Amino acid sequence: MHLSLRVATVGTLAILPLAVAVGWLLARVEFRGKVVLDALVHLPLVVPPVVTGYALLLLFGRRGVFGGALAEVGIVFSFRWTGAALAAAIMGFPLMVRAIRLSIEAIDARLEQAASTLGARPLFVFATVTLPLAWPGILAGAVLCFAKALGEFGATITFVSSIPGETRTIPAAIYGYVQTPGADDGAWRLSLVAVGISIAALAFSEWLSRRMREART
Amino acid sequence: MIRFECGLARPAFTLDAAFSAGLGITALFGPSGSGKSTIIRLVAGLEKPDRGCITIGERRFVDSSAGIFLKPWQRRAAMVFQDSQLFPHLTVRQNLDYGRRLTPIPERRIAPEAVIEILGIGALMARNPVTLSGGERQRVAIGRALLASPRVLLMDEPLASLDADRRLDILPFIERLRDEFSIPILYVSHAIEEVARLAATVVRIDQGRVTSVGSPAEVMTGNALDRPGERFSRLSILNGTFARYLPEYGVSVIAHPAGDIIVAGQTRANGPVRIAIQATNVTLAIGRPTNISVRTALQGQITGLETDDGPFAHVTIALAGGDRLEAFATRLAIDKLGLDVGDEITALVKAVAIDEKGVPGLSGGRLQS
Repeated sequence: MHLSLRVATVGTLAILPLAVAVGWLLARVEFRGKVVLDALVHLPLVVPPVVTGYALLLLFGRRGVFGGALAEVGIVFSFRWTGAALAAAIMGFPLMVRAIRLSIEAIDARLEQAASTLGARPLFVFATVTLPLAWPGILAGAVLCFAKALGEFGATITFVSSIPGETRTIPAAIYGYVQTPGADDGAWRLSLVAVGISIAALAFSEWLSRRMREART
Repeated sequence: MIRFECGLARPAFTLDAAFSAGLGITALFGPSGSGKSTIIRLVAGLEKPDRGCITIGERRFVDSSAGIFLKPWQRRAAMVFQDSQLFPHLTVRQNLDYGRRLTPIPERRIAPEAVIEILGIGALMARNPVTLSGGERQRVAIGRALLASPRVLLMDEPLASLDADRRLDILPFIERLRDEFSIPILYVSHAIEEVARLAATVVRIDQGRVTSVGSPAEVMTGNALDRPGERFSRLSILNGTFARYLPEYGVSVIAHPAGDIIVAGQTRANGPVRIAIQATNVTLAIGRPTNISVRTALQGQITGLETDDGPFAHVTIALAGGDRLEAFATRLAIDKLGLDVGDEITALVKAVAIDEKGVPGLSGGRLQS
């Protein structure tokens, strides 16, 4: 369980800056290839998780496209908990980008224009206007991503297998118990834990967004 | 000094406009969709022209032939939007400070205290913008733009989202900042009274083109029978002096060489008053009629009489004292009265037909404590 929380937390936090950047890009900037980027972001949502896991293996495995080079500088993903975090992050990414993009699109672009006519450069506008106003959406996206990361199974087991103490996350462990005759107790226990964590995460996000709304009015 | 000359082609819209204007308020006036807002967004740098040149004072914002296009934040052409666009996550004070803190210290020409005093927003400083009324919000937005010490202040229909009473409240603030800070102001509006009251220069725009540039008196008058609806947008501007206020009736008397003018409401300031009179609200009479409710009777001489095959006649009157007054009457009435150029005439104006919005310093039709 500690492992699952660590995997989900690290995965979510690591991918957050990228999700904010991509969400902003999709919401505010017109460029060629936007449709392609949009499709790419949503790919993990529609492709079978096993395929995503296999792709990660090809890219970040020890003999993968980037895996070899990364291993030389000491970053190894395959069959490590970091690999599980990467898989979880990739699977949660579309949900997070979507929430962030929607919250940025909901901001009146003229607020940002007003800031720029007052002398604010784009990065300053982003930091002082866009980011604070999109904050509830970013948090909601992060919580969604976290919940998805906790439950991620297919890509994780394909990419990093299910090694006890290293990559055996809660869903992988539950699957293991279910496959083992007479281990129903374990499956039950872990399922309850998983449901508990998910409900806590949702309640937390609801509480956050309510506080945000109250602070705004 | 503002110099503007830009061309811009969009799928459903073409802009090809040029004008220049001096200090004070330059009003961009015209029907909606005519390109007024596009011009102001071009000056702000929020739109890029296909070709052209925009200069404010010594500063070139845009010069397509030299490849110059300053970004909005390099121009300091602060914009006031129709619906204020205050930052909802900041307090009023933080909103006001936003542009000021981005302005290099040597270029901060405008003192916050003066702006806060003129706009009357001192009591709002700790408030959140969402809790403000529409009029308060707009005053804060104007203050925020001013405190960026802009090279030009851009106001895009700043009063359009307010009801008539609130509009009346804010106009004096805009007049004061026009008079006390020497910042050129570009002011977009389609409200003829606002324009007549505030502007030093009016740029009249129609379908992406400038149709005339000049003082309000020059631009709001002129040839008039071409388009059927044109008579409703004809306006004459008379220069009078505040004489007295009649508290028991709630009206003010404005002295004019051609005769006293009665307007509703009380003027706050003594001295010169500009009054806008719509050409459709003028009645012509020979001699001075008695037993009539209209109190404002102006003496003058017909200097122009314009007719065509249509029902209307467009009459231009030189009033005693030199002001020009336009009037519309039916061709039938002109014939029956036998009026012609050179005739002495009395122009009657109903006081209730004079919009007090167009009269500086008037505090509205009702008595206010």
